Amino acid sequence: MEPFDFVSPTTIEEAVKTLASAGDQARILAGGTDLLVQMRAGRRTAPLVVDIKGIPELNVLSYDASKGLTLGAAVPCYKIYEDETVAKVYPGLIDAAFLIGGIQIQGRASIGGNICNAAPSGDAIPAVIALRGVCNVAGPNGTREILCEDFCTAPGQNALKNGEILVSISIPAPQANSGANYLRFIPRNEMDIAVVGVGTSVQLDASGQNFVSARIALASVAPTPVFATEAGDSLAGKAVSEEAIQQASELAMAAAKPISDMRGTIRQRIHLIGVFTRRTLNIAIERARGG
Amino acid sequence: MPGVTHVQSTLNGEVINFLCEPRQSLLEVLRDVLGMTGTKEGCNDGNCGACTIILDGRIVDSCLVLGVEAEGREMMTIEGMASAEGLHPLQQSFLENAALQCGICTPGFLLASKSLLDQEPDADEGRIRHWLAGNLCRCTGYDKIIRAVMQVSTAK
Repeated sequence: MEPFDFVSPTTIEEAVKTLASAGDQARILAGGTDLLVQMRAGRRTAPLVVDIKGIPELNVLSYDASKGLTLGAAVPCYKIYEDETVAKVYPGLIDAAFLIGGIQIQGRASIGGNICNAAPSGDAIPAVIALRGVCNVAGPNGTREILCEDFCTAPGQNALKNGEILVSISIPAPQANSGANYLRFIPRNEMDIAVVGVGTSVQLDASGQNFVSARIALASVAPTPVFATEAGDSLAGKAVSEEAIQQASELAMAAAKPISDMRGTIRQRIHLIGVFTRRTLNIAIERARGG
Repeated sequence: MPGVTHVQSTLNGEVINFLCEPRQSLLEVLRDVLGMTGTKEGCNDGNCGACTIILDGRIVDSCLVLGVEAEGREMMTIEGMASAEGLHPLQQSFLENAALQCGICTPGFLLASKSLLDQEPDADEGRIRHWLAGNLCRCTGYDKIIRAVMQVSTAK
């Protein structure tokens, strides 16, 4: 790697000040599983690396039945899935945290980093969008919230402005009779990048037979993760049925604008979006019914 | 020009001090600064697990950690696995089951297997295969490695 300076601020204020004065010369380091690979390959340069793992707010992992989940941006994946409460309340988030890289990567990689890296294939992003995740950002002008679906702006680009850092992600407490799931297609069993990924969440009525609402988000089928609003909204108010799920999956396929590359073709990816939308919806429904 | 940084951490139970540049990975520091060459460099981008070490109780790819990040942390490398009394049971089992050929991946597999069995002594085959998915071996075809770990696991 090219030489760089390294600082590890211990407060948000200090980090924001450092980042604001360094401008585009600085890169934020959390788990490093994307950044260090990119820097070594020369895809990103950074005369200054700012390690934010020493800031307490970025290491918070707390659940409260009224406030929901606060997930610090630097919390590594393993801490999320090894937290019994979080694992029980947010299985749709655990689906993603448990399949990013292997165990070594999960020892370092964070959901916050996955979102900031803004890869079209980022596994955590559709899962967080489906769960109505909000990104809590701090910067020189104070704090602001960005909906997760608005956070990624282009491959490798996010909505953070100069001097801003992602502090945490808030995910509301699940509504009654709701469930979520994330699945991806890869040709191997583990350690691969999504050919497509689909995250869904559903809320059913008390009978468990009708959709109240649904959210569907897609990975690896556009320059950014896709929030397929029409697909999710099509389910609202409908009876849970194969036809309704089929129709939603077709709307999700229409929302997918993939490219052909070494991992898959356009046709294959659109087909897979249909299959995986149906599959994840069925798992989310099962979870909503308490299964 | 960025200079060198002083880092203090614990390696295989001993407090150590070293100097490194921020750009040096922990893998480079272990091998080139500290002379601990048991940790191997494979892909150097987090795919192969050859450089696996245990950092504060969790396995990580040391190629994806900066040397300066080791400040105040505890590291265990393959050099710390055997005791004065002899090999660790996993090391013995790898020998008995011929779970290595060229040996480059072996330190990583051993530390990853140790971290699994330390936390789940009764891990079964499925769990072992899943846990070791971040370690690649290009010689053995994996079955002998899995068999060696299963022999030490208490799962029946």
